[in-house]
Amino acid sequence: MAREMMFAEAIAVAITEEMQRDPSVVFYGQNMAMTDRDPFVRKFGKDRVRITPISETAEMGIAIGAAMNGLRPIVELYMAEFMLVAFDEVINEAPRLRYMSGGQVKVPCVFKAGFGFAAGWAGQHSNCTYHAMMGIPGLKVAVPSTSADAMGLMRAAIRDDNPVVYLHHYMLTIDKGPVPEGEHIVPFGVADIKREGTDVTIVATAWMVKKSLAAAEQLAKEGVSAEVVDPRTLAPLDIDTIVESVKKTGRLVLVDQAPRHASAAAVIAGEVAEHGFEYLKAPIKMVTALNTSVPYSEPMESYVLPSEEKIVSAVKSVLARHAAAV
Amino acid sequence: MAASSELGKDKLTWMYTQMCRIREFEERVKRTFVEHPGVIRGHAHLGDGAEASIVGSLATRHENDLVMPSYRCHGYPLVLGTSAKAVMAEIYQRKTGVCKGFGGSMHLADPAHHLPTASGIIGQGIAHAAGAAYAAQVKKTGQVVYSFFGDGSSKQGAFYETLNMAAVWKLPVVFVLENNEYQAYTHIKLEDANAIAGDPLSQKAKAFSIPGATVDGTDPLKVYDAVNEAAERARAGKGPSLIESKFYRFSPHGNAITVPPVPTQFQEHEAIEVYGNKAEFAAAQANDPIKKFRAHLIGAGVVTEADAKKIEDFVRTEMDEVVKFALESPLPAPEDALNYVYA
Repeated sequence: MAREMMFAEAIAVAITEEMQRDPSVVFYGQNMAMTDRDPFVRKFGKDRVRITPISETAEMGIAIGAAMNGLRPIVELYMAEFMLVAFDEVINEAPRLRYMSGGQVKVPCVFKAGFGFAAGWAGQHSNCTYHAMMGIPGLKVAVPSTSADAMGLMRAAIRDDNPVVYLHHYMLTIDKGPVPEGEHIVPFGVADIKREGTDVTIVATAWMVKKSLAAAEQLAKEGVSAEVVDPRTLAPLDIDTIVESVKKTGRLVLVDQAPRHASAAAVIAGEVAEHGFEYLKAPIKMVTALNTSVPYSEPMESYVLPSEEKIVSAVKSVLARHAAAV
Repeated sequence: MAASSELGKDKLTWMYTQMCRIREFEERVKRTFVEHPGVIRGHAHLGDGAEASIVGSLATRHENDLVMPSYRCHGYPLVLGTSAKAVMAEIYQRKTGVCKGFGGSMHLADPAHHLPTASGIIGQGIAHAAGAAYAAQVKKTGQVVYSFFGDGSSKQGAFYETLNMAAVWKLPVVFVLENNEYQAYTHIKLEDANAIAGDPLSQKAKAFSIPGATVDGTDPLKVYDAVNEAAERARAGKGPSLIESKFYRFSPHGNAITVPPVPTQFQEHEAIEVYGNKAEFAAAQANDPIKKFRAHLIGAGVVTEADAKKIEDFVRTEMDEVVKFALESPLPAPEDALNYVYA
């Protein structure tokens, strides 16, 4: 039995249920828990649910220290870009401390933030920052695309003994989807095939999964069977499932909202080039943001970001390449 | 803990012994660069001159209190009970090191002895200490967390953000600002608004409406009293305090930064090397905290000259063995590098 839930609701339910299950889970951030009427404050009290000043370094640094002394903090950072003002804590503290201590400490904490807000938020609040985090050993990065994954990955993030950056896409916030009953957990490092197909593999994350599924639907009407693979976590990255899919389809289109040269797509392309080259019947095609900051005005914003049409066109180009080669 | 005036012979002797151990340890680290070039890689930062401040602070601890120092971190684990051999072996890149060769001089960690980690990035450990204090508060462990950092750190955003949040949350943490007058190579009069105005750095506490005190960091008993008051306040749930402990570091910021194969050693202190101020350095040496505490203990009849010599001989012998152990210890296997990336 599955229940229908909004994406954001699935995340909130996961946090609530994990806080009920484990008293060491705490949850804090800016502009939350402001009154005693706050649902989290009512359930868990002001020790475990707190409001913070606008101090990302302290918020995340405190989470790291608290994690080393027995808590499992979730820091609500709202927008992924706000982590940038305190990137030392994300990149050079949380994931380094266990390693530098020779395995003596662990740092179980979740840095939760929205990203990719393609709704007129312009250059500083619409970005995809995961590229800077997915290559940091010791750090995990989750990027759910459905309500079920949003819940399951949040549960897994909270239970993980390592620092996790949990990125939820703003454009998915009010999307509804089925969520399995019970303690639904999605393990990290396991890609999900969102749609099976035989002619081409499309790999996408978060909002781009939605666009890729729409593109696949359109392609199906034209007789093209596209498989859509969602890695769900960028670190660890399930390359095996992607290569297996490419083995079946022989063609790969990578869809990523980030600009090309700092995209997850570029990393996946490199892995497939090394581990799946023999299965490729056409060159890999990347559909990414154009090489600009995200512009404010709607026509320009749409122009620079990947779209359903761009994905369809990329799929057709790799199929055509095959036809020409044969 | 009792006031310093009530400390007995055992505790005072222990304090003197720990001060001597830190000094001798740091001397051995420094000598290693000359006697065994290449054994210590990267950057090492010494705490000679900080002995009274470190020991006076840590003497106020209760059993489970945590300590989070900066990257200038050799002294604290020695006092907390970490094997000095394991600390030196870590600095010597050995598998027997306290972090198995993964961290080195700047990142000593020994959670079993209440030192979770030391961050090498200036000021960031301040936030980690407050976080450990937040955990202590939520879990009601009764722990106080001792956060040590330099005067340079007090210009970092992490310092301001963390002290504000620690004050708002009334966290059980004591912030010990170790003012050794030099931010790496830069004299404090060139970069600190309070210092330039002739004010104590403890004045920064006013910005967070928490107690701030400046103490003579070359006198372990004065440090003890100031930190003890702050720790008891924290333990009583009244929140953090800022203690400015003023002392002088006798060594330069770190060993000279060179590119291999050019060897590296400790040069003259910045006072001489950079600023040509020999008088300042000589005055600091005349105010050596170990010599002063030794004279005080003998003068007060706590120890005799012979007792003091015995302690000093004991410490020298200990550190002979520490260096021998570290030198003879094996290096890690290359593939050990793949451990501990994830928990």
